[in-house]
Amino acid sequence: MRRLAWLAALVVAFGPNSHSVVSPQSPQPGEELQITDNEVGHYGGSLVVAQPTEPKTLNPVTAVDVRSREVIGRMMADLIHINRDSQKTEPSLAKSWTASLDGRVFTLRLRRGLRFSDGQPFNADDVVFSFQVYLDEKIHSPQRDLLIVGGKPIGVQKIDSYTVRFTLPQPYAAAERLFDSLAMMPRHLLEKAYREDRFTQLWNINTSPVEIAGMGPFRLKQDVPGQRIVLERNPYFWKVDTKKNRLPYLDELVFLVVGNEDAQVIRFQAGDTDIMSRVNAENYALLSRDAQNRGYELFDLGPSLEYNFFLFNLNDLKGASASKIGPKSAWFADLRFRQAVSFAIDREAIVKLVYAGRAVPLWGNVSPSNKLWMDQSLPHPARSLDHARALLKSADFSWRSDGRLLDRQGRAVEFSVVSSSSNNQRTKMATIIQDDLSKLGMDVHVVPLEFRALLDRVFQTFDYEAAVMGLGGGDADPNPEMNVWLSSGSTHLWHLGETKPATDWEAQIDQLMQKQMIELNYDRRKRLYDQVQEIIASKVPFVFLATPNILAGAKKNLANFKPAILEPTTLWNVEELYFRQGSGASAGAKR
Amino acid sequence: MWAAVIFLALLHAVIVFAGFIAPYDPVGQNRDLPFVPPTRLHFIDAQGFFHIRPFIYQSTARPQSLYEYEESGVRAYPIQLFVRGPEYKIAGLFSSRIHLFSVEGPAQIFLAGSDNYGRDQFSRILYGGRISLGAGLLATAISLALGLLLGTFSGFYGRWVDESVMRTAELFLVLPWLYLLLAVRAFLPLHISPIQTFCLLVVVIGSVGWARPARLVRGIVLTAKTRKYVVASRGFGASDQHILRRHVLPHTYGVLLTQAALLVPQYVIAEVTLSFLGLGLSEPLPSWGNLLANLQQYNVLVSYWWMFAPALVLVVFSLGYLAVADRILKQLQSITV
Repeated sequence: MRRLAWLAALVVAFGPNSHSVVSPQSPQPGEELQITDNEVGHYGGSLVVAQPTEPKTLNPVTAVDVRSREVIGRMMADLIHINRDSQKTEPSLAKSWTASLDGRVFTLRLRRGLRFSDGQPFNADDVVFSFQVYLDEKIHSPQRDLLIVGGKPIGVQKIDSYTVRFTLPQPYAAAERLFDSLAMMPRHLLEKAYREDRFTQLWNINTSPVEIAGMGPFRLKQDVPGQRIVLERNPYFWKVDTKKNRLPYLDELVFLVVGNEDAQVIRFQAGDTDIMSRVNAENYALLSRDAQNRGYELFDLGPSLEYNFFLFNLNDLKGASASKIGPKSAWFADLRFRQAVSFAIDREAIVKLVYAGRAVPLWGNVSPSNKLWMDQSLPHPARSLDHARALLKSADFSWRSDGRLLDRQGRAVEFSVVSSSSNNQRTKMATIIQDDLSKLGMDVHVVPLEFRALLDRVFQTFDYEAAVMGLGGGDADPNPEMNVWLSSGSTHLWHLGETKPATDWEAQIDQLMQKQMIELNYDRRKRLYDQVQEIIASKVPFVFLATPNILAGAKKNLANFKPAILEPTTLWNVEELYFRQGSGASAGAKR
Repeated sequence: MWAAVIFLALLHAVIVFAGFIAPYDPVGQNRDLPFVPPTRLHFIDAQGFFHIRPFIYQSTARPQSLYEYEESGVRAYPIQLFVRGPEYKIAGLFSSRIHLFSVEGPAQIFLAGSDNYGRDQFSRILYGGRISLGAGLLATAISLALGLLLGTFSGFYGRWVDESVMRTAELFLVLPWLYLLLAVRAFLPLHISPIQTFCLLVVVIGSVGWARPARLVRGIVLTAKTRKYVVASRGFGASDQHILRRHVLPHTYGVLLTQAALLVPQYVIAEVTLSFLGLGLSEPLPSWGNLLANLQQYNVLVSYWWMFAPALVLVVFSLGYLAVADRILKQLQSITV
C-alpha cells in the first residue's frame, strides 16, 4: 500500500502528462448539494470528444464561438439552468428563487458551502462580481445584450452571503431563462485584473490551469495547442447521485481537435472518440451500416431548432454595390417575386437530397420540434410552378421565346446565390434552388464562399444578391430571436441597420415582439408570437427551407447518455456520464 | 504509337460530339434517383432468351432505404439508337435533338451511375471533358505560342534580350503556380459568367507555363543559328525573318510537339485541381474537377464507387498523352542520332 502511495506521488511529481487522477471529495457536512436522479454509475475513464477547432479563449465573458463555449461550459456553472432534456428551468447554483407578482424582482437563494474547483468558497460576492463584469460596457460581452431589458441593465443586489436580488427595469417574460449559461466566476482570481482593466486578456488558452477555476463538473488540466484540451474532475463539484457519490464519474474529459466532420467520422469509427455530437445525415447513414460491429449507437432526435432559409438582399445599398445590385433590388423588394420563389422551391427534394430524409420542410421560422411556440395553423403551401408563374405575371414579369424571365424593363432576371463553402448542405440547397428557379426562367448562379467572406458580405458590405443561410438553435423561447425579427436587430439579415421599420409589416412585428417580451402569461404570449410567425410567413423576408434532424452517436457502453436538441446537445449532462464495465473498454480509458 | 494516337483522337471526337453521344442533359436533375449505380446492360431476358439488342431494367428505389436501388424486372427497355432527346449544340454551331442512344422513359440509362441530384454522370463526364480538355488544349496553345515567341527572340538575338527573358522565365519557373491561381481567383468579383471563368482559367494556366518551352526553344535556336548553313545564308544576305522561318524554327517543331503532349494532360489536371478546390466553373456546369469534387465527401468516397469514374477517365486520358509524348521523343532522338 505504501509503495502504491509512493508511486502515486511519483506520478504526480512527473507533471501534467502523467495519468494522475484527482479523486472526488466525499460530501462534507454543511454542503447543500444537488441530488441527481440519474442511473448510479462508477468512477473512472476518460471521455474523448472531437472538436473541429480548438477554443479561441477560455474566458466565459468574451467567448463568442461555439467551440470555446462548449469547453468553457463544462468548467463553469450558472445560477438557474435550462434542463436540455425537459427544456424547463431548474435550480443550479441557486437552490431556489422567488419572483415578485409584477415579474420584475427575482430573489435567488444560493446553495451553501460550495467551493470553486480550486477549493475556494463560493458565495454572493462572486455572483455580484460576475454580473458586474457581464454588464460592463467596456468588456463588450456578448451576454450583455440579454441582460439589458427595455434599454436598461438588470439591477443586482447582494442581500446576504447567500441571497442575491435581481431587479428588472420592466416585466420580462421567462426572465429566469436569462440566467442559463451565465457562468459564475471566482472573484478571488479575477477581481484584481478586472480593476486593472486586464479582464479581457485573462483566461486565454495559454493560461496555466491553476489560474482558472469554475463551478462546473470539470477543471482545466492540460492544453496542448492545436491538438487537445484535457479537463479533469472538479473534486468539489456540487452534485451527488442518489448513493451520495459526488459527480462527475469521469476522471477526464478530452477535447480532441479533428479538422472536419468527415475526419471526425473516421476517428469515431476507429474508436478514437467516444461521442459524435453532430453528424450529418449522409455520415449517419454511413455510420449506421456498421454500428453493430463497431460498438456504437446512433441517435436521431428529430428536428433541431435551426432554420435554414434563402434570403434576398433588401438592404439600403450605397456605392459600388448599389449600382451593381440596385436594379435587382426592385425585383427582390416585390412581395410577389419573393412569393413566387417560395412557391417554386421543392422543399421535399431538399429534405431528400440534402438531408437524406432526416429533416423536415419548413414554412416558418419556428421548427416543428419547438412544440411550445410553433404556430400550428401556419399554411404549408405545396410546391406549384403554375402558381409561381401566375404571381410573376401579376408582377409584370414576362417570358422571352426561349423561356427566360424578363422584368418590366425587359431585363433578363439573373442573380447569384452565395452560400458557405464549408457547409456542404447549404451549398447543395443552393444548387437545388438554382435548378428550381431555372424552371421559372431565372438564371441563378451558385457562388460558394469561404464562411468569413460570406459573413462579411451579408453583415458588412451588403455585396451579395441572395444567400442561403441558417439561424437558431439556442433556446426554444422567442426572446433570443428578438435580434432577428426586430427591425433594429443585429441579425435582421435581410435589411440591417434600419433606424425605423422600413415597411408596415416590420413595424407590426416590432410591436408584437416587444409586447410578447413583457407578457408573462403563456397563452397571451403565444398568440402574439403566432401573429409574428404569420406575418413572417406571408411577407417572406426569408424563404424558409428545412430544418435538419439532430443526429448523434456514442459508444454503446456510455451510460446516462441523453442527447438533446438544445445546445450543447450531447455534453449537457457530462457529469452523469460513465462507462459501463465489461463490453469493451473505452478508448478513453486506454489512452 | 498509332494505337495511342488513334485512341486519343477517338477520345477527343467523343468529347467534341458530347451532345450527340450523351443521352441526357448534363444539368438535368432526377430528384427521385440520387446515387443510382451504373445501369446494367442485359442480353439474356428472364425466360433465358438471348437478344442481340441489349436492354435494361428500370432502377427503382428500394422502399425504406437510403439511396438503394433494385432493378424492377417487369419490363425490359431495349437500347434505342438515334433517338430524339434534349436539344444540344455541336461545337457551338449545329443544334440537334438526335442522340446516339437512349431508352424509353420512364426508365433511365445511367452508364456511369447518377450523382447526388440524379444527374447522369456519363453525360456529365462527356460534357465536363469539353471544359477540362478545352481548357487544357487552349492553355497549351497559349503556353507554346508564348514559349516559342520568347524563346526564339531570346536565343536568336541574345545579349540583353536573352538575359531579361531568361531571368523572367526563371522567375516564372519558381512561382508556386497553384497559389498564384488561388490568389488571382480571389481577386475576381463575386460572380463572373461561366465563359469569363473559362477564359480566365485558360489564360492564367496558359500564361504561367511558358517558361519551360521558352528555355527549350532558346536552346535549340542558339545551336541552330551557329550552323554553317545558317551562317551561309546570312552571308547571302538573307533577312532574320527568312533565316528564322526556313532554317531555325523547323528545328523546334519536334520539341514543341513533345511539350504539347506533356503539357495538355498537365494543364487538364491544373483545371481539375482548380475546379476541385471550387475555383473553377461552378455548379451545375460539369467539368472533370467539379465531378471529382464530389469525392471530397467521405460518405461519397466510401459508398458510391461509380463516383470515381471521372478519375478513371482522367487517368486513361493522361496515360494516352504521355504514351504519345514518349513516342515522339524516341522518334526525335532516333532522327538526331
